[in-house]
Amino acid sequence: MTPTREEQHWMYRNMVTSRRFEETIAGIYFEGKTPVFNMANGPIPGEMHLSDGQEPVAVGVCAHLNSDDVVTATHRPHHQAIAKGVDLDKMAAEIFGKKTGLSGGRGGHMHIFDADVNFACSGIIAQGMGPAVGAALSRKMQNKPGVAVAFVGEGAVNQGGWHEAMNLAAVWNLPFVCVIEDNAWGISVSKEASTAVTNNADRAAAYGIPGKRIEGNDPFAIYDAAGEAISRARAGEGPTLLEIETYRLAGHFMGDAEGYRPEGEKDALFEKDPIPKMRAKMLADRVATEAELDAIEAESAARVEAAIKFARESEEPAPEDALTAVFA
Amino acid sequence: MNKPNERKLTIARAMAEAMQQEMQIDPSVFVMGEDIGALGGVYGNTRGLLDEFGAERVRDTPISETAFIGAAVGAAQDGMRPVVELMFVDFFGVCFDAIYNLMAKNIYFSGGNFKVPMVLMTSTGGGYSDAGQHSQCVYGTFAHLPGMKVVAPSNAYDAKGLMTAAMRDDSPVVYMYHKSLQGMGWLGTEAGATVHVPEESYTVEIGKAKVVREGSDVTIVSLGMGVHNALKAAAKLEAQGVSAEVVDLVSLVPLDRETIRASVAKTGRLIVVDEDYMSYGVSGEIIATVTEHDISVLKAAPKRIAFPDVPIPFSRVMEQHCLPNPDKIVAAWNDIKAA
Repeated sequence: MTPTREEQHWMYRNMVTSRRFEETIAGIYFEGKTPVFNMANGPIPGEMHLSDGQEPVAVGVCAHLNSDDVVTATHRPHHQAIAKGVDLDKMAAEIFGKKTGLSGGRGGHMHIFDADVNFACSGIIAQGMGPAVGAALSRKMQNKPGVAVAFVGEGAVNQGGWHEAMNLAAVWNLPFVCVIEDNAWGISVSKEASTAVTNNADRAAAYGIPGKRIEGNDPFAIYDAAGEAISRARAGEGPTLLEIETYRLAGHFMGDAEGYRPEGEKDALFEKDPIPKMRAKMLADRVATEAELDAIEAESAARVEAAIKFARESEEPAPEDALTAVFA
Repeated sequence: MNKPNERKLTIARAMAEAMQQEMQIDPSVFVMGEDIGALGGVYGNTRGLLDEFGAERVRDTPISETAFIGAAVGAAQDGMRPVVELMFVDFFGVCFDAIYNLMAKNIYFSGGNFKVPMVLMTSTGGGYSDAGQHSQCVYGTFAHLPGMKVVAPSNAYDAKGLMTAAMRDDSPVVYMYHKSLQGMGWLGTEAGATVHVPEESYTVEIGKAKVVREGSDVTIVSLGMGVHNALKAAAKLEAQGVSAEVVDLVSLVPLDRETIRASVAKTGRLIVVDEDYMSYGVSGEIIATVTEHDISVLKAAPKRIAFPDVPIPFSRVMEQHCLPNPDKIVAAWNDIKAA
């Protein structure tokens, strides 16, 4: 299937918003961290995992989801959160650790939770699998609409819990899709060095479900495959496994010198940056004008700027807020 | 506690009845775990549920604790109220990430925007020569990590009321039941755990300890199986003219520190009985609860009887050497008096 004109505009807007958000965060992240890099300093302390280059996965999948559908994401969650419709002001504030953040500053960038759009993420590899499968089970048991999508990295597929959850989703025939973002690197270890199969979608055979690998970090191909998988899930036909080739244009985290990457690899990936490619394709296909795309870019930048302003200007949590919200 | 002709239940039946009654009134409650369907649970605590509610709500799972406990978290966040069973608490080693990094943290990390109303029920305890991967209590391990309520019933009345309270709680509750209290004959059964249980549904407050025997000379604090050892020791001490008060903690999280402190303020002496390992655990926490609050109430140094810091051995004589028992409690009292 092919995204409609409106869907393409939505996809482009969310890719651009996500990229702009990450670039802005990257700029702010080093405030207070130079000349000596100390992760604890600056307005955004802690680890920071940026998603530059991986936007096609988020928009290609989330174009088929609505706010009732459930998404679990990873330690690198911003692009998916944006595509799922997480409140950008509150997400930015959470990343800054502010009182107005989604969780009042208790979670930070690896723990983005927005109940309004059924989005959650977590900082440990493959951890979102169980909760997504459980949400799918919940929908099936309640006979409520909605599917659950777990986004994981290619490194997660070597975790035991990933396999347990895939088996559970399959044996119970749940409305679940696992989307593997294959950015080729588990921190510094290549997929080739860590993974016995080149195509993780082959692992679907172990669970008797369809599996498909999508090459090229192509939002249109991702949209097509995800649409089929999510339609299957909505129709009660069970889970699907997708592995999507994508590009990690940033380091594993901010401050990663990336000495482990072969020379020239990143330059080659930037040559294939999906955002200018999508822009060019939309123009060539005449689904958007230069002016429309310029407007989307300007609006996205303004949206990000407003969110960052909100985050910066928000008050810090009271220190003793740390002692609340342990229990419901 | 029991009157003639009153209905008595085992803890196993009390747990099952609590689930049955809650499932009848709340369609969001369901049960999943290994062998909880047709078998009715290895410890009998889900017997009858499959027949009444069917395999959709009484789900046998694959042997995949990480997946199904993680799934319970996701289902709980999505409006269900799962009760999941970890067959032996010793198995937490294969799935603790789902328990303490997801179940216990998602309320906090969501700033309270997600609720995680789930019960993790799990068997504890030894005494029947099952060795050190099937006999542990690890109460302290669970109670140490924030974000989970932890309860441990010593009798069927509390077992039913705590289970009902746990299923109605919007936070995760770890429900730790002791195998020797279940009323399963083949595990050896402590008769004192089988008590009168009302037919109707009721709750026992989580976070509230109980004085199960009043006394004036010494306070014996324990939980689960240890409460029965404490009561037997108290009877022996009574024969010596010593009046022992027994506090059943009922819950470890929240811990009812007030009841402990009030009892020790009255008696001036404290013995803690815990089947979990000695060091860094419940026994030390109970003593600290008293001493950091007001050390002047103590007329003697507190004593603790807990499992020594060794893996649980298989051999009957070795395991029994390590386990708490009434005689060790009496000996602790004698030490206190001799000091």
